[in-house]
Amino acid sequence: MFIAILVTIGLANISLFVGVSDVSLASLLSSSPDDRPMQVLLISRIPRTLAILLAGASMAIAGLVMQMIVRNRFVEPSTAGTTEAASLGFLVVTIFAPGWPLMAKMLVSAVFALGGTALFLRVLRAVPLRDVLLVPLVGIMLGGVIGSITAFFAYRMGLNGSLLAWSMGDFSGVLRGRYELLWLGLVCCVIAYIAADRFTVVGMGSDFTTNLGLNHQQVMVLGLVIVSIVSAVVLVSVGAIPFLGLIIPNIVSLTVGDNMRRTVPWVAVGGAAFVMICDIIGRLVRFPYEIPISVVVGVVGSVIFLYLLLRTRRHAS
Amino acid sequence: MIVTNQVTKSYGDSCVVDGVTLNLPKGGITSIIGPNGAGKSTLLSMVSRLMSMDKGSVTVDGLDVTKTASDVLARRLSILRQENHMTARLTPADKIHIDQAINYLNLDALSHRFLDELSGGQRQRAFVAMVLCQDTDYVLLDEPLNNLDMKHAMAMMKLLRKAADELGKTVVLVLHDINFASWYSDYIVAMKHGKVAAQGTAEAMIVPAVLAEIYEMDIKVHQIGGQRISVYYG
Repeated sequence: MFIAILVTIGLANISLFVGVSDVSLASLLSSSPDDRPMQVLLISRIPRTLAILLAGASMAIAGLVMQMIVRNRFVEPSTAGTTEAASLGFLVVTIFAPGWPLMAKMLVSAVFALGGTALFLRVLRAVPLRDVLLVPLVGIMLGGVIGSITAFFAYRMGLNGSLLAWSMGDFSGVLRGRYELLWLGLVCCVIAYIAADRFTVVGMGSDFTTNLGLNHQQVMVLGLVIVSIVSAVVLVSVGAIPFLGLIIPNIVSLTVGDNMRRTVPWVAVGGAAFVMICDIIGRLVRFPYEIPISVVVGVVGSVIFLYLLLRTRRHAS
Repeated sequence: MIVTNQVTKSYGDSCVVDGVTLNLPKGGITSIIGPNGAGKSTLLSMVSRLMSMDKGSVTVDGLDVTKTASDVLARRLSILRQENHMTARLTPADKIHIDQAINYLNLDALSHRFLDELSGGQRQRAFVAMVLCQDTDYVLLDEPLNNLDMKHAMAMMKLLRKAADELGKTVVLVLHDINFASWYSDYIVAMKHGKVAAQGTAEAMIVPAVLAEIYEMDIKVHQIGGQRISVYYG
């Protein structure tokens, strides 16, 4: 764990010094604090690095919480309609109340995310699925339906460009003053850690939960709220990052297990480190230009996702 | 004491549990036997508030299970249901913090393996250990011998006997093997078609006339070493 944190800090330091504008220790020391290198560091690089750490950790935790409450390895906000619903909510508030502060817009988006996820759980209850792989498929279909509604209205309102920006996670626009909402994600992570034992018990099923005297419904709602807020916060600050909530919790689960008291720190650090690596790759591949993080995570993530799927199949047979 | 009063549960037109009134004494082992579909598991689920009932009431030591706070009941009564699908990767040690129970059920060597890496029988023992760890006065188990081989089935029943005798627990089981029921129970309740068909001590219940009535087949009962053993294999 200690080593993992050190590696992440190391990556964060690399991230601080990767970019078009020349920022290095030497240039920082040789120029005054008001000069360009220090300003770039304070206004752009540090916020960007923090945003990556916060978004990575909280999206991974959101995925973990979701997997525990749905009791399915393959769900995460982007395979359960949550991200798409958050996006729809953000569009609605952008159309009807463009002047609202970002915090209020985020809350509307979170409420939509909550609704979308609740709908997903409702569908799952109505159609009990035998195959674990059908659950994320249902979620992806639901997300598709919500996404197309969003796309329709965005098209009508001439907001296609904005919609694309939300659905494509990208850290290049992160500046001081435009990422701070992400700290809410950290709050959610802390809550998830505090309630970790409850989520572990819920992961064992509603009978076990009731047997142990816990209110199953309450823990489910708490989990849904955490997932929705994280999804909305990340969406409005940096845009959606697909697969992240899937890959990291699954890798951690394979090695550490599912006792959330132990996995939460691993998942949070793993998520932060993974996004950090992907963002650094995105910045270096065609330097001095950038590839959006969602593309890098999508490519790396879908490969790992496929591997996990095939592995499960082999495991099952 | 567990008291059920006119407990009823229907699914659509079929009445699965039909007005069951029972007084299960405190202490000792009570086995619920009966053919498939008799409503045994449903009754146990309703007694343990995992399933709602359509009519009637259940009290455990005077506490109404539908009205008492769930965490209060959880300190008094624990339940293990028949099917336990576990998607979470937990080790027995994750869930069971009491080494003693692991030890009881011979799980020492397995305590660091993930549950999904255990065999059916090993997992079953881990689940039972988990329920015993809850350390409640009442322990309800729905077919705890599922997936267990003879050796472990016997060890399980001995353990439950010990829990009843030494720790004063009240154990209520759904059992299919009437010989285990005969050998280890203090009290036997037989269900059929959602109703209580017969109840009484093992001596009163394990007799050919009663068993024939319950199972609608010819069952011979022999006394072997002071125990009543039923023979129904051919």
